[in-house]
Amino acid sequence: MINSLTLFVTYIKNFKVLNQVRCASQVLPQFSSEKYKVKRKPFGTIEASDVDYFKTVLSEDRVLTDDNDVLPFNIDWIKNCRGQSKLVLKPKTTQEVSTILKYCNQKRLAVCPQGGNTGLVGGSVPVFDEIVLSFMLMNKIISFDEISGALICEAGCILENLDNYVRERNLIMPLDLGAKGSCHIGGNISTNAGGLRLLRYGNLHGSVLGVEAVKADGTVIDCLKSLKKDNTGYHLKHLFIGSEGTLGLVTKVAIHCPALPKAVSVGFFGVEKFEDILRLYANAKSSLGEILSAFEMADNDSISSTAKNLKLPNPISDYPFYVLLETHGSDEAHDSEKLTRFLEKEMESGLILDGTVTSDPAKMQTIWNLRENIAAAGLVEGYMFKYDVSLPLRNYYSLVPLLRQRLGAKASRVYGYGHVGDGNIHINVIVPKYSPEASSMLEPYIFEEVAKLKGSISAEHGVGFRKPQFIHYSKDANALQLMQQLKQLMDPNGILNPYKVLPEI
Amino acid sequence: MARVLVGVKRVIDYAVKIRVKPDKSGVVTDGVKHSMNPFDEIAVEEAVRMKEKKLASEVIAVSCGPAQSQETLRTALAMGADRAIHIEVAGAEYETMQPIHVAKILAKLSKDEKADIVIVGKQAIDDDSNQTAQMTAALLDWPQGTFASKVEKTDSGLTVTREIDGGLETIKTKIPAVISADLRLNEPRYATLPNIMKAKKKPLKKMTAKDLGVDLTPRIKVISVEDPPVRQAGSIVPDVDTLIAKLKEGGHI
Ligand SMILES: Cc1cc2nc3c(=O)[nH]c(=O)nc-3n(C[C@H](O)[C@H](O)[C@H](O)COP(=O)(O)OP(=O)(O)OC[C@H]3O[C@@H](n4cnc5c(N)ncnc54)[C@H](O)[C@@H]3O)c2cc1C
Ligand SMILES: Cc1cc2nc3c(=O)[nH]c(=O)nc-3n(C[C@H](O)[C@H](O)[C@H](O)COP(=O)(O)OP(=O)(O)OC[C@H]3O[C@@H](n4cnc5c(N)ncnc54)[C@H](O)[C@@H]3O)c2cc1C
Repeated sequence: MINSLTLFVTYIKNFKVLNQVRCASQVLPQFSSEKYKVKRKPFGTIEASDVDYFKTVLSEDRVLTDDNDVLPFNIDWIKNCRGQSKLVLKPKTTQEVSTILKYCNQKRLAVCPQGGNTGLVGGSVPVFDEIVLSFMLMNKIISFDEISGALICEAGCILENLDNYVRERNLIMPLDLGAKGSCHIGGNISTNAGGLRLLRYGNLHGSVLGVEAVKADGTVIDCLKSLKKDNTGYHLKHLFIGSEGTLGLVTKVAIHCPALPKAVSVGFFGVEKFEDILRLYANAKSSLGEILSAFEMADNDSISSTAKNLKLPNPISDYPFYVLLETHGSDEAHDSEKLTRFLEKEMESGLILDGTVTSDPAKMQTIWNLRENIAAAGLVEGYMFKYDVSLPLRNYYSLVPLLRQRLGAKASRVYGYGHVGDGNIHINVIVPKYSPEASSMLEPYIFEEVAKLKGSISAEHGVGFRKPQFIHYSKDANALQLMQQLKQLMDPNGILNPYKVLPEI
Repeated sequence: MARVLVGVKRVIDYAVKIRVKPDKSGVVTDGVKHSMNPFDEIAVEEAVRMKEKKLASEVIAVSCGPAQSQETLRTALAMGADRAIHIEVAGAEYETMQPIHVAKILAKLSKDEKADIVIVGKQAIDDDSNQTAQMTAALLDWPQGTFASKVEKTDSGLTVTREIDGGLETIKTKIPAVISADLRLNEPRYATLPNIMKAKKKPLKKMTAKDLGVDLTPRIKVISVEDPPVRQAGSIVPDVDTLIAKLKEGGHI
């Protein structure tokens, strides 16, 4: 009897799906340098004396050199990129990070900073033999002000752990994403991660109050104020938000946590066509107002393949499109009244064909689980080309049918899902096996289309290793030149996360 | 066609972290999110499926508890129950309410409502008693099919597949009977929007234990509620030899 109950609980708490999927395919990816034909830059190579030096800076167990130990740090989450690093360093303090960088800068040793390694553009793994600097041991919470909501912590804290910590104190983290169980707050900041509730709580440029970062030469930049307002001089912290470890390493973070919502509801609806989703979104904004906290969409392929591949229950039947809507509020009666009125109206208008709505935490989790695992579910079907673009809402879904047509039978599946409220769609293209032909049918085609529509070729995942050659589709030459100048100023030897973000000049 | 009575209990949602009250008299329930006991959802689902297969004529959901139990009943109605009965038990009385009381209430209602089948969850995930189905059957002197993973209607009654340690047992019972739902009986549905709306208008009758002549005097006293022991932090050992040495040291091998 006890067994079936345990089974029941593990079944419904299907949180570990992500990792199951990751471990499912055991084949090692090809080396990035070969797959993408990159040439190594003239950095120093690690010698025994370097390793000995690092062992004096860190304790011996925090210097990894064994191939088996280093391997996981060389491979990215979607198993697309594989580096050839032979050395992983695990500092525990800002001082250690600073000492390491100072040494690396002097010896021209390249460094790849790594957080939870959930990045989706190959930015978190080395390309050649860059030293991996992992933040996993910088995981302490430094202080928390329950009144202002300011949390100060080290960069390697896992997002979900922080969220659990602040939830016990009636606040929440201002961001949430499918990778929360693994990604670090430092990684989130370095990628300016968006996620599921950006619509409500804004992006990290707003909620990050302060940052402590280390420059390539080891200088510690202390902008770790936990003030909401601080207009003294240039706002340097913003340089580290979204620069993907190329301008400096984030070591500490001050972030503003909003209040824990007392009332939460999740609705999951079936919708006939994409235009209806847009109308529903506009109506949700005006009917639900301040309580709307997420508005996500997924097409039929996204949901049906996720339900099938990961054996997750789909709470409603088959529809061409799905919408997940969430509300965060402070009064259950007030919220449910508003939500009911909205739902009644939209069922009548026909924008919602059918669906379900719940405030039960476990049921809400099951629904979110389905949405959050779309990214993972594709991995079991073959090789996944993954795009993360911003488009004007009118054209939000237009690339999916275009790509389906263009690839025809070459793709086993093309599907789109994402954060409608933010104008951000994820498009996954699954092919049975990676091939340069498939790749060349997609790239740069998709980026050209995005540019024509005045969108962004990378909405929230960043540029990383996979997209520098396409960045010009979204940024003009003068902007790119200023970025190069900033890089030159802050990291003159180019040791921080080389081959990433900025194109070669 | 049979009339089915289903017991549904409002419990702390299983995704919520449980906290023991500082005085160890119970767990904190104030401001904590509650929902329908998962095994009762399975019971409701089974009853609704019986109705959809035209094996049942009517499904009545019953809940004993505070005013908020009506939300749980509305969920049962949204899943497809036809009407609901709320036995209001609140405050101190609710805190000491035991399976025997619920069983007496269900037994009395089964007679009053002329039910042919009573389905309840095999246990509630809060107090884990696993007694209500058995006691109800005994009080009614009806046959029982507990831990059901499959229920089929036959001409003479029901064929129930039971989950037992290490296997399954198939039994036949006559009707009227009491069934308790186990995990594999079915996968409960999510209430659909139109049904959620309709449920708001379905009849919900309020009664008290007194109306049914059931005395709620507690029979059992809870002495202390404790947190489970905290799991000790693990440690990483450098090699297999150290691991074996440690295991020996701890007397594990
Ligand atoms: C299932 C899944 C769902 C996801 N959903 C979303 C989503 O909704 N929204 C979204 O925006 N992203 C999403 N992502 C992408 C990814 O999780 C985020 O970009 C996340 O912020 C990366 O954090 P990380 O700690 O894993 O960083 P990593 O992957 O380790 O690193 C990301 C980049 O930041 C750099 N970096 C990491 N830590 C530091 C540091 N301390 N200092 C300087 N540079 C550093 C790395 O070098 C790399 O360039 C998702 C990923 C997965 C696997
Ligand atoms: C009655 C009153 C109430 C105020 N309340 C507030 C308040 O609540 N909060 C607050 O933050 N401030 C407040 N201020 C200060 C001020 O109004 C704000 O800072 C405002 O944003 C300045 O805008 P402005 O167009 O008047 O800029 P100006 O005063 O003309 O210029 C301000 C600065 O910006 C530069 N500048 C102006 N335009 C440009 C441009 N296009 N490009 C580059 N640089 C430019 C100027 O060289 C100067 O350094 C208040 C001022 C007054 C008089």
